[in-house]
Amino acid sequence: MYAYDELDRTLINERVSEFRDQVKRRLSGELTEDEFKILRLQNGVYLQLHAYMFRVAIPYGTLSSKQLRRLAHVARRYDRGYGHFTTRQNIQFNWIKLAELPDALADLAEVGIHAMQTSGNNMRNVTSDQWAGVAPGEIEDPRIWSELIRQHTTLHPEFSFLPRKFKIAITAAEHDRAAIKIHDIGLRLHKNADGETGFEVLVGGGLGRTPFIAKTIKPFVPGRDILSYIEAILRVYNQYGRRDNIYKARIKILVHELGIEKFAKEVEEEWKAMGDVGLTLDHAAIEEVRSRFSYPAYEKLPHMPDELKQAAHDKLFERWRKNSVSPHKVQGYSIVTLSLKPVGGPPGDATAEQMDAVADLADKYSFGEIRVGHEQNLALPHVAKRDLPALFKALDRLGLATPNVNLVTDIIACPGLDYCSLANARSIPIAQELTRRFANHDTADLIGRLHINISGCINACGHHHVGHIGILGVEKNGEEFYQITIGGRADENAQLGTLIGPAVPYAEVADVIEDIVEAYLALRDRPEELFVDTVKRLGVEPIRERVYATR
Amino acid sequence: MPLVKQGRITTDLFVHVADGAELPGDGAVLVTAERFLADPEALLRRTGKVGVIWPNNRSLDELVPHLDRLASVALVFPTFRDGRAYSQARLLRERHGYDGELRATGQILRDQFVFMARAGFDAFEVKKDADADAFAATMKRYSVFYQPTGDGRVTALNRRMQLRHSESAGQ
Repeated sequence: MYAYDELDRTLINERVSEFRDQVKRRLSGELTEDEFKILRLQNGVYLQLHAYMFRVAIPYGTLSSKQLRRLAHVARRYDRGYGHFTTRQNIQFNWIKLAELPDALADLAEVGIHAMQTSGNNMRNVTSDQWAGVAPGEIEDPRIWSELIRQHTTLHPEFSFLPRKFKIAITAAEHDRAAIKIHDIGLRLHKNADGETGFEVLVGGGLGRTPFIAKTIKPFVPGRDILSYIEAILRVYNQYGRRDNIYKARIKILVHELGIEKFAKEVEEEWKAMGDVGLTLDHAAIEEVRSRFSYPAYEKLPHMPDELKQAAHDKLFERWRKNSVSPHKVQGYSIVTLSLKPVGGPPGDATAEQMDAVADLADKYSFGEIRVGHEQNLALPHVAKRDLPALFKALDRLGLATPNVNLVTDIIACPGLDYCSLANARSIPIAQELTRRFANHDTADLIGRLHINISGCINACGHHHVGHIGILGVEKNGEEFYQITIGGRADENAQLGTLIGPAVPYAEVADVIEDIVEAYLALRDRPEELFVDTVKRLGVEPIRERVYATR
Repeated sequence: MPLVKQGRITTDLFVHVADGAELPGDGAVLVTAERFLADPEALLRRTGKVGVIWPNNRSLDELVPHLDRLASVALVFPTFRDGRAYSQARLLRERHGYDGELRATGQILRDQFVFMARAGFDAFEVKKDADADAFAATMKRYSVFYQPTGDGRVTALNRRMQLRHSESAGQ
């Protein structure tokens, strides 16, 4: 965990007081709604269909139990008793009253949580691997760098009014769990031939109506230069990114229009021209931030404790363990994913009671630490294996032990037309219906890893382009229709999905998905061949034929 | 529209002269980039200071050769959501060493003051009287800064390292 010091605390309190003044000026009419809109967006406040929506930052998806309890408090006191975890590791509340927002922010500030730059045309929450610091084989903990970048990009005087939003993600593991290739800047931590730590820098990824996979702009930028290099990218973007059309304003369009070579050259020239502007991170500066991260005092524990051996006959436990428990870098410990995708539930929601209970379990079993992943699930990152049976029982009682992590019912979905004023179609009810169709865990296990992502409009908040199966809501003559793509993925082999056929009406979506899955089961080489690999091997056509033959 | 300079509301000594309008015989003038570049020497020869209003989508390359003879550069915020002039300001101050008046013009609200000052602006054509009145208080709103800019404010990281250094020196 990163521990805030007096300076971090002071800054967020100063931001709360500034926002309080902004709300006051809006309520008194001193600020027009048009002016206030930009200011509230810079602090995570959207106006949605029914009410204000309030998005709170969870930098790189790391929370302490104390912080999670405070989020539960906000859900209970200022909202309707629940919160929604997002694909960028944040949480949002859907029913906040404007006049109460400053108080909610002040309550959060007490535990070092803020909502700065969770929306608006600025640098958004820096996201990372939800297993950062505990995943086996990691180069080093990417959160050190995430935090350095978080600080550097918070209330940046030059880049707080960019052409459009700007998202940075970092991974330090071989398997990319942070989806860096669909970010404006993706950073992959690695070591060069001299053993020096640095970053492969990718730029121009993003979804929305013009999706792009990020391209490598520089294969290696030493860690000490990463802030100045990011600053150079942002300066080029701030000056040349399009501002005439909101749909062409993201950096991906600039990179696409200039071409990656020309864009890279512009950045390189700016970077060289910057000279020493105090952004170089020497060893002491990096260590300063590193020293503010605390790590658990792990015990020396056996690889296979008796508790685990005894629980092995419990089928329900075993099924959950095989699905939701992952290897930890320290022997005797595990990473446990808590599915927020119960059968029939809205993906990513947690009630205040669940949040409080998870905070208690984190204190008891995970050194007080919780993670949020971009798949909209939670994780307890440091669970001793001997505690797994007891933890399972507790999670099961809370409805947080659905053994569907990475399976067909572990669906990513945006809020859709149920909440969002931009949406063309509903997302959540589609997800809920699919979780009912595939509610049988044995069937889901048989299907294996399969990511379904659902967006209620072309803005793609549900990442439909990179779902193994992607579902996009569109409007046709006043009716909700859905386009379905297959073969997308968001990991190190990121790729956009391919349209499988004509859009289908709301009532037929679940049938089509079932048919796609059946076609895959019939066509796969062997049980281990994942859905996305079958699509890669065969292309879309054989699946299209089977699904659309009778339609 | 009040002008805030050196932290106070002051009388604007510069007259905005529209393109095509006649220049006053003396006194300080602010002219557009086109007018200035059409004949810089003629403008700079007259008695009275000269400032240029530089659009936020025009390269600074044409401006830089004249910087040491200009009394003011006004950078434009057509709306406050358009942040291009922040980059121009930092480049003028930090890369090209411009030390004359750097003025923010356009849609200027109190909510930008700190960002603007950090980027190098020292004069502000503020849209609303209440915001101009609140200038001094607004500038005191923040005491912690995460990024180094040319304004010289010490960053949080440097403060921490200084603290650490003095702690270890005292042991």
